[in-house]
Amino acid sequence: MTEQSLGVATGLETFKIEWCRVVGRVKETPDTYTIRVRPRRRGEIAFEPGQFNMIYAYGVGEVPISISGALPTEGMLEYTVRGVGPVTRAIASARIGSRLGLRGPFGRGWPLREAEGQDIIIVGGGIGLAPLRPAIQYIINNRGKYGKFYILYGARTPADLLYKGDLRVWRGRLDIQLLVTVDRGDEKWRGYVGVVTTLFKYIRLEPNSTYAFVCGPEIMMKFTVQELRNQGLPDERIFISMERNMKCGVGLCWRCQFGPVFVCKDGPVFSLSEISNFFERREM
Amino acid sequence: MEESAGQNSHYFLDSLLIDKLISALRGLGYSVIGPVVREDTIVYDEIESASQLPVGVKDKQGPGYYRLEKRGDEAFFGFVVGPFSWKKFLYPPRVKLLTVAKNGEVSIHNVDEGKKMAFLGVRACELAAISIFDRVMLGGPYVDPVYSAMRRNIFIIAVNCTEPGENCFCLSTGTGPEVSSGYDISLTEVVSDDAHYFVAKVGSSRGKSLLEHIGARGATSEEISEAAVRMERSHTLFRKKLDTDGLKDLLYKNLESPVYEEIAEKCLACANCTLVCPTCFCTTVEEVTGLSGDAAERWRRWDSCFNIDFSYIHGGPIRSSILSRYRQWFTHKFATWVDQFGVMGCVGCGRCITWCPVGIDVTEVAAKIRQREVEVSAT
Repeated sequence: MTEQSLGVATGLETFKIEWCRVVGRVKETPDTYTIRVRPRRRGEIAFEPGQFNMIYAYGVGEVPISISGALPTEGMLEYTVRGVGPVTRAIASARIGSRLGLRGPFGRGWPLREAEGQDIIIVGGGIGLAPLRPAIQYIINNRGKYGKFYILYGARTPADLLYKGDLRVWRGRLDIQLLVTVDRGDEKWRGYVGVVTTLFKYIRLEPNSTYAFVCGPEIMMKFTVQELRNQGLPDERIFISMERNMKCGVGLCWRCQFGPVFVCKDGPVFSLSEISNFFERREM
Repeated sequence: MEESAGQNSHYFLDSLLIDKLISALRGLGYSVIGPVVREDTIVYDEIESASQLPVGVKDKQGPGYYRLEKRGDEAFFGFVVGPFSWKKFLYPPRVKLLTVAKNGEVSIHNVDEGKKMAFLGVRACELAAISIFDRVMLGGPYVDPVYSAMRRNIFIIAVNCTEPGENCFCLSTGTGPEVSSGYDISLTEVVSDDAHYFVAKVGSSRGKSLLEHIGARGATSEEISEAAVRMERSHTLFRKKLDTDGLKDLLYKNLESPVYEEIAEKCLACANCTLVCPTCFCTTVEEVTGLSGDAAERWRRWDSCFNIDFSYIHGGPIRSSILSRYRQWFTHKFATWVDQFGVMGCVGCGRCITWCPVGIDVTEVAAKIRQREVEVSAT
């Protein structure tokens, strides 16, 4: 065996975590918090909208969490976490001043460069708005580079809506068409009621010049894709963010297979054309 | 491979020289790992002499069946493959990655850098599996640091299979029964009423120097042709076949095949097939804390797509049915692997058939899916 042909070991540094401090937390819904952290080094906050970090809670474990926001001037990153398993509960309940481990950011984000000059529609379902939020922020910061900008967002109830402050800001802008719906309203709710796909009847997309970015539960993405196709969007310009169980984030544990692709290194953002044979099937 | 003048030269070894080969490798600092009998099973473990090999033993295999029998001769390699594969040594089942102290100190575990191991008795299908692992683990963009370190100092003595087993189908997958590359020395065993010897073929310059170091003479043309006759005969002895023609597209077109429902009724999701498979590579990482709570360790461990936790995301598994887990594994081996790594993930060793407690046979599953498609398109 020639040794040159065997590649160069990167060492277990790939698995090494870097500590960050929790500097803030916002209760979004009864079980969902946005955690604000400050990495030790400034350079660690560079990321692409749509990328994720592996976040480690001491003594519990590590999970992939999408970056849901950034405050570059303050050197901070945000993650919106719903506490449903041991690790996400530990992260969601991390106190200000406590330490969390970070690796990454990893993965391929939203194709913001490729979509320049085009209309954008963003469709979020529930906590699926989290990985879309940095893309929304980027488009707002570079508003002149894009055409019409639609944001469609659905949650189960008014109490489940994330980023209520952001929603107010986005609603106030004349250059964003924001439509928000809930599955079940309450006595104070005066907006749309119904699943997010019911909002498509209020908009008319330009099929030849629109990029769609979609994230939410798989069933919601499946029906959203149908609406986008009905409006004439080709699969090549429909982008979705996928989620699968991951332990490494860097293509070494191989768990995050989705058909022929690996969500961590090939995604998490995919164009529908890359995965269409697998996307609409159950339990893939 | 290293080029050397006499790369294609053949040498003659008798059983004493096999013993000398083992001693010489040990003298060079290699741990020699070869087949041995443990608990009525042939497994791979460290050996010191040829007497530890399963001399005169054969393995009778069938779907869900494995028994050792006496051969009636003194063959050293008169069996095929057992439940172990070389992945146990190149990609250890458990590896400590990190220790995280409560005070925040993170220490990275040192990979046992370049341990010298000589693998004796590597079959053609197993060499194919190692070459697949090379692609997967070293092909980038991320290189597996553990595999890369373990792979660095491996000496390979391969053995051609003169008698394929009942579950072998490497002829169909194009990975055997004879080795073609990736070895330092290959052996073809010749056993007859009045003779027992090995024809060794050189695969690298260090293989050649080792053969010369132990004083092996060149093989005569009669000896070489005796070995060749046995390999030709071997091709005619295969009982299992896998039709690989258009298999990937067939499986992509038939993701909802009713055959998966039939298999799911039998499959126990026990994960045996993934553990014995020489190419299955999925792992988990476990957080291990002691009672004192002063430190946490992070361990990587082999995992299986048949385990329910494997696909867990927020609140439940993606693949909760056994059907979906069997389909995930099966289509990965025979279809998606090709898109991911440019080759099929199956090397035709038959281990998953032998060690399946209910005897599910991948070659039959593939044939049934093909048969059903034919039926569907005919109606």
